[in-house]
Amino acid sequence: MTPSRQGPFARLADFLDDRTGYRSLLHEALYERVPGGARWRYVWGSTLVFAFMTQVITGLFLWASYSPSAQTAWESVYFIQHEMAGGWLLRGIHHFMAQAMVVLLALHLLQVVIDGAYKAPREVNFWLGLVLMMLVLGMALTGYLLPWDQKGYWATIVATNLAGIVPFVGPSLQQLVIGGSEYGHHTLTRFFAIHAGFLPAALIVFLVVHLAVFRRHGLHAKQPITKPDGMFWPDQLLRDAVAMLAVMAVVLGVILVPALRAMLAGEVVVPGELGAELGAPADPSLPYAAARPEWYFLFLFQFLKVFEGWGATGEFVGAIVMPGLIMTVMVLMPIVGGWRLGHRFNVAFTLAVLAGAGLLTAMALNEDYYALWVNRAGLAEAETLFDQTGGDAEKLLVALGGDRAKASAIERQWTTVEKLRRSEAFLTAVKQAKTDAARAVELAGRPERIPPAGMLDLVRQDPLSQGPRIFAQHCGSCHAHVDPLAADAEAEIAASSAPNLHGFGGEGWVRGLLTPAEVAGPAYYGNTAHREGDMVSFVQNDLVDEATWPKADIDAVVAALVAESGQPVPSSIAPRVEHGRGLVAAEERCGGCHTFRDNGVALGTAPDLTGWGGRDWLVAIITDPSHERFYGDRNDRMPSFGMAAEGAVPPLSRKQIELVADWLRGEWYRPAVPRGRP
Amino acid sequence: MTRPGPDASRRGFFAKVLAIACGGLATAVPCGAGLFAFLDPLRRRGEASTFRPVADLAAIPDDGLPRQFSVIADRVDAWTGFAAEPIGAVYLRREKGSREVEALSATCPHAGCFVDLDKGSHCFRCPCHNSTFTLDGGIVDPSPSPRAMDALECRVGARGEVEVKWQRFRAGVADKVVQG
Ligand code: FES
Repeated sequence: MTPSRQGPFARLADFLDDRTGYRSLLHEALYERVPGGARWRYVWGSTLVFAFMTQVITGLFLWASYSPSAQTAWESVYFIQHEMAGGWLLRGIHHFMAQAMVVLLALHLLQVVIDGAYKAPREVNFWLGLVLMMLVLGMALTGYLLPWDQKGYWATIVATNLAGIVPFVGPSLQQLVIGGSEYGHHTLTRFFAIHAGFLPAALIVFLVVHLAVFRRHGLHAKQPITKPDGMFWPDQLLRDAVAMLAVMAVVLGVILVPALRAMLAGEVVVPGELGAELGAPADPSLPYAAARPEWYFLFLFQFLKVFEGWGATGEFVGAIVMPGLIMTVMVLMPIVGGWRLGHRFNVAFTLAVLAGAGLLTAMALNEDYYALWVNRAGLAEAETLFDQTGGDAEKLLVALGGDRAKASAIERQWTTVEKLRRSEAFLTAVKQAKTDAARAVELAGRPERIPPAGMLDLVRQDPLSQGPRIFAQHCGSCHAHVDPLAADAEAEIAASSAPNLHGFGGEGWVRGLLTPAEVAGPAYYGNTAHREGDMVSFVQNDLVDEATWPKADIDAVVAALVAESGQPVPSSIAPRVEHGRGLVAAEERCGGCHTFRDNGVALGTAPDLTGWGGRDWLVAIITDPSHERFYGDRNDRMPSFGMAAEGAVPPLSRKQIELVADWLRGEWYRPAVPRGRP
Repeated sequence: MTRPGPDASRRGFFAKVLAIACGGLATAVPCGAGLFAFLDPLRRRGEASTFRPVADLAAIPDDGLPRQFSVIADRVDAWTGFAAEPIGAVYLRREKGSREVEALSATCPHAGCFVDLDKGSHCFRCPCHNSTFTLDGGIVDPSPSPRAMDALECRVGARGEVEVKWQRFRAGVADKVVQG
């Protein structure tokens, strides 16, 4: 190099070059010969380096706000996603670039195999590439857990359990990565260290060697060479740079297109909902039927199902032996490639593996989303019979009057019905997961913020999150809880064997109770032992007598009871509350049976109406409906959920009962400004 | 290779500029997104300073000697909300027979250490660089601290509740400047 003798910048450059020799370094780095000229098919390696660089940059910035512990991981990711300006974009880029990287890996591998770039003298570099691939997949796997949400938690549980079946070292390996025998703080600190420390460090080392070896052998040109040679700079680098920009554009597109769509539809765009999802906080006590690995691991997930019937051996074969065999064949490719037809085998094998993975992925998706595209009309009869017979072949034959041909046709359809039902269960679980996630985010945004015990603690105290679950598990087998105006309400109410508790304590509910046509219907006492009871008889025989019970008096009783439950009393009847209280207490009215405040009626004939439908009243009746304050020995079938024999645990804890009571009363946190509204 | 003509070199220049532009733009996205999020703390406002109850008048003997009290307040740390937590400390003192209370922040104006009350020598002493202050917070020379201890606004309610306006001040400067 001849030093130039111009302006100050040139002189500074000369000085630097003299001391560092950067010019020859740069020259060496940039002026690499590209045999046959620059081509688009050589860009994949560079885009991978770019993708990795993007992950390092975004990862470091995410690191600056992430906190790995069971009480802070979800919380800090929530903060990044929903509260830090631009956090959603940063996290979105990191999340989707990881996925882009897996795609680019596959393309790079495919290009190398098809072009025969793995053959001598580049065998070692091919092997280095395979190591890099495993490192990238390892980072993808470990990164999935870090937000500590339900999705990542349950998917990773599966992955670490599979690691546990590796012979000899499995259990120890599992215990090491988990940091103990249970998931917790140390699982996160370890996964984080592996994800952001060990693996990237190893990757950088291997990448440097990979690139050095690549330069040593030069670019493997696609044969035949028809064009004159080109230069890496700028010919090939221009193509590389355009490809990098394209990759980034795709990633940004995935993040921003939903926003664009919402804007075009005139909806409010909530930035926190863009980019990477954040599920509800991980809860080891809450089953999660929507657990799936990230899409690029779905084929492995599906592959395991192939060996479903094999038990533990199946897992071993599917998760360890088969992937191990595939990797072994790949490692042997440079050697096999030297044989006659060896290269063709390698190409065919790679394509077969990719096609197989693609097929398995499609199968997995089809199983999960089957209900969305199956033709249900054709299955209607089979579905009905399936429900009627509970899937029992004998009963089916009976139901069809012994028509064997039809029975076997229907039975064949049942396979599809079962598939449909599994898919529906999955879709319901996904929907539930979305609801739970949205609720968690809503709760995290409370002015009081997240308690030091963490988000999970807050979710567990939330009537809206817990109430429906406890109700479904303990109350729902008898009681319906459905808006009477909803589409399927009638069938659901008819199938229940205890009052419909939707809107319990509110005006509509109380009015229904006092309506002769309804009180003995399935929404009230129709399906209970009280159908022939005093209350039904009172409503049907006494209340209809307009002389003693003019409409104004019934309104007053409604107003009084609604007021007692603490629900809003409609303004039209609000002025009658006091009058109503008098009626409820009066001996010749409700007070003939019911205790109310200090009306002096002894407990035991009918439920106490003091504080009726209020929180304490509800908690008390759920705890012990057989108490003389409620139904006493005329209690129908309702268990005493809060009672247990000495030393035993009651079916529901006090806290759980309170959660159900609050949920039934509609008492839960509601944001002052609904999410998504400015 | 043939010697590149002027046309080829112009094309080469164009390719270089384009390559740098594309590569630069692609890299700018993660850097920009990261930096933007990293600067988030600069966009956050601190809590407004308000009067907070710290003690009862009866708990401050009127002997002119300072007593240490915690300032209790709800505190938000990023995503966590702490209810009624000690967020700082003050020294309160009052003269014989007076209902007036003087409040001093326990934070050293030099570099923010927690100033100790040295009962033996009747003064405040900071354990970090030995700044010494008189019992009413005045500076004792020579002192690393550029200013006296920070007095806080203080009021006494009718029922004897002592409230202090809790504030933090910038450390290391001669003027008392509110921070945040
Ligand atoms: S911080 Fe108190 S003397 Fe330096």
